[in-house]
Amino acid sequence: MNYQSQSVAKLYFIAAIGLFVGQILFGVILGLQYVIGDFLFPEIPFNVARMVHTNLLIVWLLFGFMGAAYFLVPEEAERELHSPLLAKVMFWIFLVAGALTILGYLLVPYAGLAQMTGNDLLPTMGREFLEQPTITKIGIVIVALAFLYNIGMTILKGRKTAISLVLLIGLLGLALLFLFAFYNPDNLVKDKFYWWWVVHLWVEGVWELILGSILAFVLIKTTGVDREVIEKWLYVIIAMTLITGIIGTGHHYYWIGTPEYWQWWGSIFSAMEPIPFFMMTVFAFNMVNRRRRNHPNKAALLWALGTAVMAFLGAGVWGFLHTLAPVNYYTHGSQITAAHGHMAFYGAYVMIVLAMISYAMPLMRGRKVAGSNRSQTVEMWSFWLMTVSMVFITLFLTAAGVLQTYLQRYSDEPLPFMVVQDKIEIFYWLREVAGVVFLIGLILYVISFFVGNSDPEAGGGVEESA
Amino acid sequence: MSQSFTKAMARNIFYGGSLFFILVFLGLSYDTNSALPERDNRGAITETVAHGKRLWEENNCIGCHTLLGEGAYFAPELGNVYKRLGGKAGIIGFIKSRPAEGIPGRRSMPQFNFSDEELDALAEFLKYSSEINTAGWPPNIQG
Repeated sequence: MNYQSQSVAKLYFIAAIGLFVGQILFGVILGLQYVIGDFLFPEIPFNVARMVHTNLLIVWLLFGFMGAAYFLVPEEAERELHSPLLAKVMFWIFLVAGALTILGYLLVPYAGLAQMTGNDLLPTMGREFLEQPTITKIGIVIVALAFLYNIGMTILKGRKTAISLVLLIGLLGLALLFLFAFYNPDNLVKDKFYWWWVVHLWVEGVWELILGSILAFVLIKTTGVDREVIEKWLYVIIAMTLITGIIGTGHHYYWIGTPEYWQWWGSIFSAMEPIPFFMMTVFAFNMVNRRRRNHPNKAALLWALGTAVMAFLGAGVWGFLHTLAPVNYYTHGSQITAAHGHMAFYGAYVMIVLAMISYAMPLMRGRKVAGSNRSQTVEMWSFWLMTVSMVFITLFLTAAGVLQTYLQRYSDEPLPFMVVQDKIEIFYWLREVAGVVFLIGLILYVISFFVGNSDPEAGGGVEESA
Repeated sequence: MSQSFTKAMARNIFYGGSLFFILVFLGLSYDTNSALPERDNRGAITETVAHGKRLWEENNCIGCHTLLGEGAYFAPELGNVYKRLGGKAGIIGFIKSRPAEGIPGRRSMPQFNFSDEELDALAEFLKYSSEINTAGWPPNIQG
């Protein structure tokens, strides 16, 4: 670690991992509710558990992005963070607001929470992923502004690299697009139309800039490949991301009351959305093959390569699977969507945050370049357990989705939703087993921070030239 | 990537390409907004429907159901439930009859204890939703 203020990232990363554990616990509960319908009912109904699961995911990824930015930007800008104090204050505000919101979901009926927080004054609640009370949303905006100010000033006063600029553009876009969360007209079609400006333009737009920039940073650090080469790749990848992804929003505008021409725009552009992800895979492997040094942090490199592969599979391949309008006509809002969502989020965003944590955490904990061999071994075990079980979760949900689509929407005698759910139950059981393995992998991941801390550093704490 | 393709060129493709497609997207969005009055059934949005939408949101219905295919996949699609359950009476009857303690071993909708006025508003909202022009989706009445 070259700058003292980078260490604020540690707080953010610890919170991220803690919330990640919560997210997965609720994921396992949800999986069980799919097969044992009255599990925890009526205390924690499915909708509440799902809200906790998805909101924790979003919040911990945001913690991860912010932590990554606080670690990465001083190093790129070659100066201390503008205000480490502001970063710490915002951390606690965000953590407390997030915790209160989650407790609100669990302890108060949702309608009561809406009343308590004055949803009537500016109704924004009750839309998927944007369930947070309006006051929490305002808090998110304040935290985001303070964060952007802090990061922006640091970049402005220091060295400006493509990596930090792309990260800043991604974070700015994230904050700006979130403002559409406050627009909630009575007209359902307009509501849905602009809801996607937050949801799609986040995960298939500006978040990919953040992903690309963090990946580029980790690759520069671990491979030693020339910055010019890596930044050129970064620009090409994110160019393709936005060129395909912005109009690609159209794949959400097929069946929600918007004009039919979106079926063409959406199909054509979103069919190209796998291209930047494929380029990312080629990029990551190419850089590792051309590496100039062997970095002793093997775990970080594994996560970096893993995210490049899994993002391509989950976001690219599984996205393409159901993105063409004639296919989507049958698969829209089915378990196919759930399959894609799980692998895409894990591959693109969970793994990149874990790659960054894996690279940065040993440095913030006083190591010169990497953790001990023992802790890395445990971490790599957790990588394989989580990644392989996520592949199986995706495959089982895909099987469930194909059957559901056929029985409910394609066969000559379409069956009612609940009848179909009973028929595909076996795949939900298998998914739950895979989910438990994922949880075990995650526990192992947490354990990796507590083993081998008194052992010497891997590789003796020096990077060898390749 | 070849040496003659420089970082500056890549950067220009990023800025130029993004800006161009942002403008195309904004143009398409403008056109969509002009076309919506013919499709989105806005004439049917009464105060009751708006109240129904608020109830829909404040009870987090989207946390289990899909509406026009968007939401959670735990419970049936409701964009066409007005047609599937045979009108408002079917919807109201179903919501009212949910057992407070659930059904042993099965998925069940919670009992929300809505007033008659609230039930009517929800049903009106779902009626309005079912009359939006969704390009023929869902494929059949099962949603």
